[in-house]
Amino acid sequence: MADYNAMEMMICSAARELEDGSTVGVGTGAPCAAAMLAQKTGSSNLTIMFEAGGIAPQLPEMPISVGDSRTTWKAVMASGMCEIMETACRGMLDYTFLGGAQIDMYGNLNSTRIGDDHQKPKVRFPGSGGANDFGSFAWRMMVMTPQDAKRFVERVSYITTPGWLEGGDSRAKSGLPLNAGPYKIITNMAVMDFEPESKRMRIISINHGYSEKDVLDNCGFELLKAPRIIETSPPTDEELRILRDEVDPLKLVIGR
Amino acid sequence: MEVLEQGIGKLFTDPDADKAREFFRKKSRRMENKLMTLKDAIAKYVHDGDYLAIGGFGAIRTPIAACHEIVRQRRKKLAFCGHTSTHDFQILAAGKCFDRVDIAYIVGLEARGLSTVARKYMESGEVEVTEWTNYCLSARMKAAAMGVSFVPIRNIMGTDTFKYSGAKKIKCPFTGQYYVLMPALYPDVSVIHVHEADVYGNSRIRGITISDLDLARASKRLIITAERIVSTETFRNEPTYTSIPFYLADAVCEVPFGSYPGNMPYEYFSDEEHFNEWLQTEKDPEAFEQFLEKNIYSCETHFDYIRKNGGIEKMWELRAKELMVDNNAK
Repeated sequence: MADYNAMEMMICSAARELEDGSTVGVGTGAPCAAAMLAQKTGSSNLTIMFEAGGIAPQLPEMPISVGDSRTTWKAVMASGMCEIMETACRGMLDYTFLGGAQIDMYGNLNSTRIGDDHQKPKVRFPGSGGANDFGSFAWRMMVMTPQDAKRFVERVSYITTPGWLEGGDSRAKSGLPLNAGPYKIITNMAVMDFEPESKRMRIISINHGYSEKDVLDNCGFELLKAPRIIETSPPTDEELRILRDEVDPLKLVIGR
Repeated sequence: MEVLEQGIGKLFTDPDADKAREFFRKKSRRMENKLMTLKDAIAKYVHDGDYLAIGGFGAIRTPIAACHEIVRQRRKKLAFCGHTSTHDFQILAAGKCFDRVDIAYIVGLEARGLSTVARKYMESGEVEVTEWTNYCLSARMKAAAMGVSFVPIRNIMGTDTFKYSGAKKIKCPFTGQYYVLMPALYPDVSVIHVHEADVYGNSRIRGITISDLDLARASKRLIITAERIVSTETFRNEPTYTSIPFYLADAVCEVPFGSYPGNMPYEYFSDEEHFNEWLQTEKDPEAFEQFLEKNIYSCETHFDYIRKNGGIEKMWELRAKELMVDNNAK
């Protein structure tokens, strides 16, 4: 079996989710690497969009910012924020990858603050940026993150970006666009989806080298289990070669 | 239309479209020479207490020279539009120039990390905040650009981002679906960095426009900083490419490399070493004070700042990086 690290595993898992002929809104780092890898491994007709306005670039290297010049390198359009978010709101953005300091069992994300006093928070994070926008509009929102009980919490202290909110049909009732929401949570240990009725996070596959107990122990809430839990397919030699040689040769993302 | 729910965040500007019209009624439509130094433009158009918005995307086509000048002139008690702000926010936080912020994205520099100084300032309790998202603030600028007092959009419902915003939730009178209304944002003053402008303020932007087309139209006063001043014939020969017409602009300043150390599309890439120096130096308050003295307070112009950080050689290096070519300029 090929030798690979947790980040490479997550990126390869994520890349496989991106169907050919679809659109994906990405940020810098791992999501961008996953989209680039997908384009080079069967989803050549995957359109990458950046919130600041870049549409379908042929990324020559990893961008540092979601608006830097690389995000429009040989792109078909250099647009703006409304163009991208309106496209997403119309229903033409299939996937997005988001992250945060905390995530709960419904896939709600916190990237705003820790502590209860909003005007004087214990820890201040950047805030939504475009995360709430992509998370509200993209048909399928995914998260790639290392898994531990501090990050996977019973309740996020602040919902920056909507997951399935309170579960059940609460998201549909909120007024957010229908039938869009969290889809897969990809961690160093496992891949989770959401049980269709309760919208609670559940384990669907466990990565090689980890046990079910590892996954449960490193989560701050009770995870549901799919009827059949399988082992996540490890990265292939071909995926690893392309990821290392073509997508991220400087190891900006996979080197961590 | 009945308001079903509303955020608890304060509005730092008045969304009233008629009041905005009264202001715009008096704004000059003359095609007159507005060329002035950046120092004069900031002194004339950015006042203590103003609501300020900065164009670009944090470290991309951002008027960094103008941010330095605002700090250098020690503007205080500004309200700030934290829309996709990164290095601009870091600079203005270092000068403690603002005490109210509409937040979409602050304190971070994306993949580069978080600003210690900006974060500390935001955790101090000295700054009043209202939460939004990048698209919320874009939509608020769009409403102002349209000359109306709000636009309906479909994000943030059900989240704390809504709870701490100044938005209102309503039911669509046509379909019965829920929407959040974004109040128009008419900044008192904005600064936008462009590739080319003429002396009247006609401007061209290349690459992504982010929210700047709406921002230019929403702003009561607009300062244009430009990489280059070009002739008016440049615009008249190809009017298709004009991003901002002259009557929106109040001041035009020629500031070559005005986005340095940020990225100016098709001109120069970002200076990552220097960004790292900012982030590292911030961790030591004393060292950071000297750093600000060297790079902002003791500089007369943006050229001084550039000279202290590698000068023309560095600019050529960043140009080659931007264009992804080798160069051998010595």
